Amino acid sequence: MSRPEPVTQVKRRRDLALSMIVSQVPYIEFLGVCFDRHGDELTATMGFHEALIGNPMLPALHGGATAAFLEITAIIGLAWSTLWDDIEAEKLDVEAVQNGALVLPKTIDFTVDYLRTGLPRDAYARARVNRSGRRYASVHVEAWQDNRDRLFAQASGHFLMPQSHG
Amino acid sequence: MTQDQMTAARQFIDAIPHSRRLGMRLEELGDGRAIISMPYDSALIGDPVTKVIHGGAVSALMDTAGGAAVVAHPLAGLGTATLDLRIDYMRPATPGQTITASAECYHVTRTVAFVRATACDEDTGRPVATATGAFTVAKASA
Repeated sequence: MSRPEPVTQVKRRRDLALSMIVSQVPYIEFLGVCFDRHGDELTATMGFHEALIGNPMLPALHGGATAAFLEITAIIGLAWSTLWDDIEAEKLDVEAVQNGALVLPKTIDFTVDYLRTGLPRDAYARARVNRSGRRYASVHVEAWQDNRDRLFAQASGHFLMPQSHG
Repeated sequence: MTQDQMTAARQFIDAIPHSRRLGMRLEELGDGRAIISMPYDSALIGDPVTKVIHGGAVSALMDTAGGAAVVAHPLAGLGTATLDLRIDYMRPATPGQTITASAECYHVTRTVAFVRATACDEDTGRPVATATGAFTVAKASA
C-alpha cells in the first residue's frame, strides 16, 4: 500500500487549483470576494467596503451586491465540486486554466430571498449542490453575517454545465 | 417629469454607492417605471473565455431598476427594500455593449410592490435577461 501524500503537498495542490479558478473571474475581485477552503468545503467572504452600499441612510448592503455575492458563491462552488475529482487525481489541466480555457457553469435562472437587511460588515456564504447532472445543475446558497444561524439572504439557481468535447 | 425632477432623481441614483460604482445611469423615470443603463466594463467580466459580464452585475442592475420603479410609483412611498428577485438569463450580453434595464412596478398593495424588468444590450429585440421581484412598501406616516 502506498503512503498517503504529504499534507503540505495536498494543501498546495488544492489551494493552487482554487486560486486559479477564482482569479480567472474579474468580477470576483471587483466585489472583493475571497474563498476559504477546508477539505472540499468552500466558504466565500465578501469583505465590507463602501462601494457595496445600496442604502446610504441605514446604511445597508445593496441587494444587487448580495445577489452577485450569492451567484459567485454558487458558480465557484459548483465548478469546484465538478473539478474536485480531477484536482485530486492531478488531472486538472493547469496550463489550460491559466490560458483562460476554463469554462464555468452558466446561470440559467437565479432566485434570491432577502431575509434581513445586509449590515455594513463582512458577509459569508456557502453553496450546496443539490443536483449536478451532465447538462444541468441545481445549487442552493446561504449567506450570513455575524451568526451562522441568522441568514440574511439565501438563493437557489439552475446552471448549464460546460460541455466537454468528444 | 420636469428637468429638475429628473436631475433630482439622477442624484438619488448617484447617491447609491454600489450603483454608482457599477457606472449606472438613470435614463427614464416616472409613474412606476424606470430605465437604467450600465456601460460595459472589463472589471465586471464573469466569463473569462467569452468576456461576458457576470450575471451578478446584471442582477445589481435589475435590482436598482426595480427599486427605482417602486419608488417612482405614486402609491409606494419613498424607501424600499428587495424581498425577492428572480432573474432568468436568456442569452449572454454582447461584450462591449451597454446593458439597459427597464423595470415596471405593475402592482402595489399597502405592504408589497410587485415588479417585472427586462434587460437588453444594443440588440433591443432580443432581451438578455428578465426579472420578477417583490419589494417592500414604506409604511405611511400616521
